[in-house]
Amino acid sequence: MSEVAESPAATAVVAAEDVTRRYGEGDTAVDALRGVDLEIRRGRLTAVMGPSGSGKSTLMHILAGLDRPTSGTVSIAGIDITRLDDTTLTKLRREHIGFVFQFFNLLPMLTAEENVTLPLSIAGEKPDPAWIDELLGKLGLSDRRTHRPAELSGGQQQRVAIARALVSKPTVMFADEPTGNLDSQTSEEILKLIRESVDDYGQTTVMVTHDARAAAIADRILFLADGLIVRESPRTSPDAVLAALAEIGT
Amino acid sequence: MSRVALKGLLGRKLRAALTAVAIVLGVAMVSGTYVLTDTIKGAFDTIFVQSYKNADAVITGKVAFTNNEGNAVETPSFPESLLGRVRALPDVVYAAGEVTDARTHLIGRDGKAIVTHGAPALAFSVDPNDQRFNPLTLTAGNWPRGPGQIVIDKATADKEHFRVGDTIRVEARGPVRPFVISGIAKYGSINIGNATFAGFDLPTAQVLLDKPGKLDVIRVQSRAGVATSKLLDELRPVLPQTAQVRSASAQAQEDLKQVGFISILQKILLVFAGIALFVGAFVIANTLSITIAQRTREFATLRTLGATRRQVLGSIIVEGLVIGVLASVVGLFAGLLLAKALNALFVSVGINLPRRGTVFETRTIIVSLLVGIVVTLVASLRPALRATRVPPIAAVREGAVLPPSRFARYRFASALVVLAAGIAVVSYGVLGSGIPLRLRLFLLGGGVLLLFVGVSLNTARLVPPLASTLGWPGTKIGGVAGRLARENAIRNPSRTASTASALMIGLALVAFVAVLGQGLRSSFEDAVDKLFVGDYALTSTDTFTPLTVSAERALRGAPGVEVVSGIRAGSGKVLGKVQNVTAVEPNMARVLRLTWKAGSPAVPAQLGSTGVFVNDDFAKTHHLALGSPITLETPTANVLDLHVIGIFANPKGGSPFGPVTISSSLFDQNYPRPQNEMAFVNTSGGVTPENSKALASKLEAFPDAKIQTRSEFKTNFERPINQLLGLLYVLLGLSVIISLFGIVNTLVLTVFERTRELGMLRAVGMTRRQVRRMIRHESVVTALIGAVLGIVVGIFLALLVTHALANEGFVFAVPYGNLVVFVIAAIIAGILAAIFPARRAARLNVLEALQYE
Repeated sequence: MSEVAESPAATAVVAAEDVTRRYGEGDTAVDALRGVDLEIRRGRLTAVMGPSGSGKSTLMHILAGLDRPTSGTVSIAGIDITRLDDTTLTKLRREHIGFVFQFFNLLPMLTAEENVTLPLSIAGEKPDPAWIDELLGKLGLSDRRTHRPAELSGGQQQRVAIARALVSKPTVMFADEPTGNLDSQTSEEILKLIRESVDDYGQTTVMVTHDARAAAIADRILFLADGLIVRESPRTSPDAVLAALAEIGT
Repeated sequence: MSRVALKGLLGRKLRAALTAVAIVLGVAMVSGTYVLTDTIKGAFDTIFVQSYKNADAVITGKVAFTNNEGNAVETPSFPESLLGRVRALPDVVYAAGEVTDARTHLIGRDGKAIVTHGAPALAFSVDPNDQRFNPLTLTAGNWPRGPGQIVIDKATADKEHFRVGDTIRVEARGPVRPFVISGIAKYGSINIGNATFAGFDLPTAQVLLDKPGKLDVIRVQSRAGVATSKLLDELRPVLPQTAQVRSASAQAQEDLKQVGFISILQKILLVFAGIALFVGAFVIANTLSITIAQRTREFATLRTLGATRRQVLGSIIVEGLVIGVLASVVGLFAGLLLAKALNALFVSVGINLPRRGTVFETRTIIVSLLVGIVVTLVASLRPALRATRVPPIAAVREGAVLPPSRFARYRFASALVVLAAGIAVVSYGVLGSGIPLRLRLFLLGGGVLLLFVGVSLNTARLVPPLASTLGWPGTKIGGVAGRLARENAIRNPSRTASTASALMIGLALVAFVAVLGQGLRSSFEDAVDKLFVGDYALTSTDTFTPLTVSAERALRGAPGVEVVSGIRAGSGKVLGKVQNVTAVEPNMARVLRLTWKAGSPAVPAQLGSTGVFVNDDFAKTHHLALGSPITLETPTANVLDLHVIGIFANPKGGSPFGPVTISSSLFDQNYPRPQNEMAFVNTSGGVTPENSKALASKLEAFPDAKIQTRSEFKTNFERPINQLLGLLYVLLGLSVIISLFGIVNTLVLTVFERTRELGMLRAVGMTRRQVRRMIRHESVVTALIGAVLGIVVGIFLALLVTHALANEGFVFAVPYGNLVVFVIAAIIAGILAAIFPARRAARLNVLEALQYE
């Protein structure tokens, strides 16, 4: 647990301090997180790894403001989000947060392009055509603009989802098992795109995954077990990730 | 955001259409009601305006008071000599007199009077030489001249195949007389419905209508440039006491008041439209909340992308608005068709009102659209608010459930409170005394709505036991499909509950009507059995219009006839109010047995020229006892001084008697052209085929007369009750149909939701037939829950109303046969509602269903 000392607060875009999350009450209570501290630095790709039940999904939900911690604080871009009311949190989401989901969560009645620009429409902003063109080109969707999700492959759907997460240039992009629903070859493509968005656009990204190959593209890997961060590693190979996982054991 | 809503709607066309059907039908009922009643009113309007074409002023007879009790007050005629005085006035260019009557029956080819079902059987004089005031146009022949000629209306001529030159018989005040048809005419382009008319020249009409030397109407045309007010001022001084003058347009307006029943009809139909819309609102709310539950992840995703709760709410409101607008527009035009259907319905029960071109007023458009849109929006409000509670995290969590609302913990209590409030308000509305009518109606309407909502809110808890019980036969018939269907119905009790509730509303009202109808019938039969001790009854062919007294006289002295006793009916002003006045002959006690609270069965024979008997309710209200003096003012302004010599117990099932009954001899002296509402006959040997035949042959000269036995008499009097019930069933049927669409909606959405599960069932060996059966059984179970609850609520309401109206002769009687029919109908309805969803479910591709995400 050395990141607090290591990183200057100014570059931390997401910070968690002694976050706990308890589900249920009394004897049946489950502690999903038992005191997590972390900081996510700007322009970096951070992977959160861990076996199922380790609390990694809970951690991401809380960091992204989807769930509230039982105790502790979370801040995004210096704003404490644990005490915000729903409307303020929603507005914050528009500006600072992008999501990529395991099951894509595209709106079936909208075309690929409409899905991509949806966050802007919701925020009442006009899309910049040049930016949309670039984004769609980058993600290889230029000839898929008018297709609906049902007409796209899984990989294409996830690309639309990534473009949608990037379109508002959020402070941080959260990716929840982005390859969890894809075959290995498609997964490779998606991971490459996520990596590129970090490298080319400096997109700060937090990715929750249990896939060692996915974790291996991250600049920094946090290992979670039983609700605590038990280890962290700089960028490394999939084999090293697997070894680390085996070491934490469960 | 609203683009997302609209695109979403386009993507769910079927669901949107299913949601819209409920509103389309409700709005169609609103617009159909307006179109129909406006069309009828428009026709009457034209008739009355046309009646005074080219006239500037109209002189009519004046009644001493107007009657609002139903029995027509006979307008007195005035002397013909007035016409000469009018013509002599300086500003009068032309004036013409007319006699009229509304009870002159044309006799059909079968020798029976042509039944007009309460519409007027008009007779009047027409001037063959001057057509300026004549609203009719000839379609064949000429205007009548001389004592033997008649002109009849085209509809009757067509229906009965009469042509110019044929002979037609006419029954007016005296015996039947034959006339030669000189011409056939029609009233412009207006369909006069059930009404008939007969036109004669003035002297002929005066004789036929028993108005010698008299006139009913004088139309006056003034010199050009003379103001109507000046003309009226000139006319007034020459009028006798019994006549009055109005401008032609004022007279047309006055005549229009006679058809006030149209606005009552309009209000009644609008009530049914309101019920349909209420049921529609249930269906919409239910369909939308299911749809919204299924779109939880979509809303959550929108929230993660930065949509606020307000935006989610807005997008659903936009959807509701679009559905509301489209459905209302479709409903508005569907109303044009429904107006025709409603009219056909009325014609089928004998109500055939005048019509002309369809009247489609701006008001119809505005009200229909507004009502449809507002109802849709209100119905979508609760589901929309539910959607705003979808948390963003539901986007990543499989099977996320909505957090309970802030009020959820009060749900149980509030459901009971609403139900209790509904029962309390309805009970107070029905049983409370001294409530003004308007407030009472408001309490009843609001209370019943509250009651329905209350029952619906509590139904979710009743669903498991009800579904288990009602689904039991299905498990025996349908095997595993039946068992699964029963479990499926219980799986989401509140969904099943609100689907069933829509049907509950319709069936509650149907059951209510059935129970009340049965009560009316049995109390009426009971009354007839107690009162009617004669052998035969004599009425007009349509049972309810009065019959000339000559028919009764014709039976006197016929072989086998022992007693003939007629009951006259009219109205009069008694103790400050217009009342129905009846009159009896001295031998009344031989045919009718009244229970006397004061006086004896000899009272009818003792009435003489000063006696009167009253019923106990009237006596109680006005504190009358034997010997109390009463004055009776007749419509011709005669004042009779009477005193009470008898008080009878008013039979609960009704009686032929008004509150006040005098002797027939006194009645005949004071009422011009007296008529019987009915007469009773005793024959030697009672009812025998010979006696029936002998009576019928004596009545051959009276085509409007009908002799009947006691059971025929009951049937004839119950016919309108039964027709009314039939009419109400059909009108409520629309609400039931809407609720069936609700079942269809729920099932379709459920099938959609259970796609994966259905795929699994098919994969483990369930046949398509079993899938269909499963859906069908679930539908039947839902329909049965609605039917059972509806019947219970309906019986409760009927019990309440019967209790309140016990003094008016309502008894509580359950029509078990009808209720069984309703349950069977519900089962059939459930099966019908399941056809489409079951087919969809059975068609699922197993593989795709399993892959479905």
